[in-house]
Amino acid sequence: MAASAPTAPTPIAYDDDMVFSKVTFGKRFRRHKLALAGMIVLTIMVLAAVFAKQISPFDPNSIDNFHWHGYALPPCFQSATACGGHLLGTDGLGRDLLSRLLFGARVSLTIGVFAVLMEIMIGTILGALSGYYGGWIDYAIMRVTDVFLSIPLLPLLLVLTAIVAASSSKAALNFGVIVLIIGVLSWPNVARLVRASFLTLREREFAEAARAIGCGDLRIIFRHLLPNAVAPIVVQATLDVASVIVLESTLSFLGFGIQPPTASWGNMLSDAQANLQNAWWAAVFPGLCILVTVLSINYIGDGLRDALDPNMRI
Amino acid sequence: MILYLILDKAPGGPLAPYLQNPHITPADIARLKHNLGLDQPLPVRYVHWLWLVLQGNFGYSTSNAEPVLQAILQRMPATLELMGSAFVVALIIGLSAGIFSAIHPYSFSDYFITTLAFFGQSMPVFWFALMMQLLFAVHGVPLPFGYVIQLPAAGLSSGEHFNLGDRLEHLVLPTIVLALLQLALFSRFMRSSMLEVTKTDYMRTAAAKGLDSRMIIVKHGLKNAMIPVVTVIALSLPGIIAGAIVTETIFAWPGMGRLFINALTQNDIALLMGYLTLVAFLVVFSNLLADVAYAWLDPRVKYD
Repeated sequence: MAASAPTAPTPIAYDDDMVFSKVTFGKRFRRHKLALAGMIVLTIMVLAAVFAKQISPFDPNSIDNFHWHGYALPPCFQSATACGGHLLGTDGLGRDLLSRLLFGARVSLTIGVFAVLMEIMIGTILGALSGYYGGWIDYAIMRVTDVFLSIPLLPLLLVLTAIVAASSSKAALNFGVIVLIIGVLSWPNVARLVRASFLTLREREFAEAARAIGCGDLRIIFRHLLPNAVAPIVVQATLDVASVIVLESTLSFLGFGIQPPTASWGNMLSDAQANLQNAWWAAVFPGLCILVTVLSINYIGDGLRDALDPNMRI
Repeated sequence: MILYLILDKAPGGPLAPYLQNPHITPADIARLKHNLGLDQPLPVRYVHWLWLVLQGNFGYSTSNAEPVLQAILQRMPATLELMGSAFVVALIIGLSAGIFSAIHPYSFSDYFITTLAFFGQSMPVFWFALMMQLLFAVHGVPLPFGYVIQLPAAGLSSGEHFNLGDRLEHLVLPTIVLALLQLALFSRFMRSSMLEVTKTDYMRTAAAKGLDSRMIIVKHGLKNAMIPVVTVIALSLPGIIAGAIVTETIFAWPGMGRLFINALTQNDIALLMGYLTLVAFLVVFSNLLADVAYAWLDPRVKYD
């Protein structure tokens, strides 16, 4: 009796898997392949960013005085003689493009990760409080999110960074300040997400059980409810890393983000804009880096969503 | 429930300046100390400002030497022209692409469209703009028969008097750039919403009655599939506004977005406040519009 039981569930599970039509299966497989590809590309990017110092052929901020004569040097595949050893050429000021890209990857990726960590922290705590307690706490927090959501993020970010720049100097717009500003302004979506899952979770039996055995509110929130709400947060966080990278590069491009000479993909592009007519490489490669990074993160987020919960709506 | 939502949304407008007030304070103190009334406590100044705004007086722009409202209104037509055309382009192409891929699901063209939409969503607007300039304005795209597409990279109209062809020529690149993101968004949402609708019983009923398949898609499918999409469309306004800031900066478009960036670089607080207030108002208004359209399209939603 006991021996026959373990074998029974296997064919049923197998049958369940076969319920997927060919179409769904193909779709899932394609998604996961793309997510996998995104994972690989992102890993390479992260490794390149971490070891930027070791693998970059030149100092990102030094000018190649030997080869550079006032014009950007072309990449080696375009002109092997004129490139002066710079694989992807130089920017208009004679700085090696590849090295700047590598160091720019550092800036973009770390800002993306840290800003999102901060956003998730604020959003989760406020969303959890709002969804768990309800009542006036919920009302107050949701009105604040409404206010934040009623103004597009970019203008608000720009105003904040401009005010930081004006109150001290533009150099104050360093890494930490940008992370802080983006993190502080972009939490409302996370808060809404967490609140929505908490609203249903707090009514479930296990929450009631936890309350019945005398758990404190904080313990219920963090030990019982939050682990069940993690899936949508993870997906949202992944997708948000991508949008923060775009945001940061937009800020830098407009001159209110990472300040030169520190390389970031955004401010490299704003340098390149002036040289668009004679140095296409300086404009193409940084943007390509942004696009590839953002694309792979988005595909990973998509794959995660499918893997964690295909019905999730984000 | 919807009415409750609308009422909830509404405080966003008048409340929005609360949010901006903490920002204006340090800057004010730093640079505008000599100005009148700034020694008064913050709430007093805020109430004073709010009172003036309610009367339609947004203050005086320091960088343009003209009233804020006038400065913004003067540049509004250019921005509306750009945003409007981008919106129309995104709507037409995005929705039809979404519908097309939904009625041919998992075909090659569906994969093609969804992949493109994914690219469009991941594309940084300003880089796309630069690439467009590089392709069409700097180099020109050669066509067969010896034509070269060469489009102006910047500006609104070059001539003194109104010239429609010239206007349109200048409008092409910024419109494409601005439309891209929304286009991708619309087509993705349209596709998923339409796919859901095609699986419903009433679509099968309509097909069983022997109706023409085009008729079914348009009359039975589209109207129901549009319900969630309308919300997305209305909520895309913040994205378009943000995109317009970037697009106008790159294409030297004489609109509100560029005014905003100029005000930023010159610490023109009054102008910034005016712009943000206006934008917040627009966004709240579009949310309201979304709710109304939602109820209009979906008879199941009722105002209580």
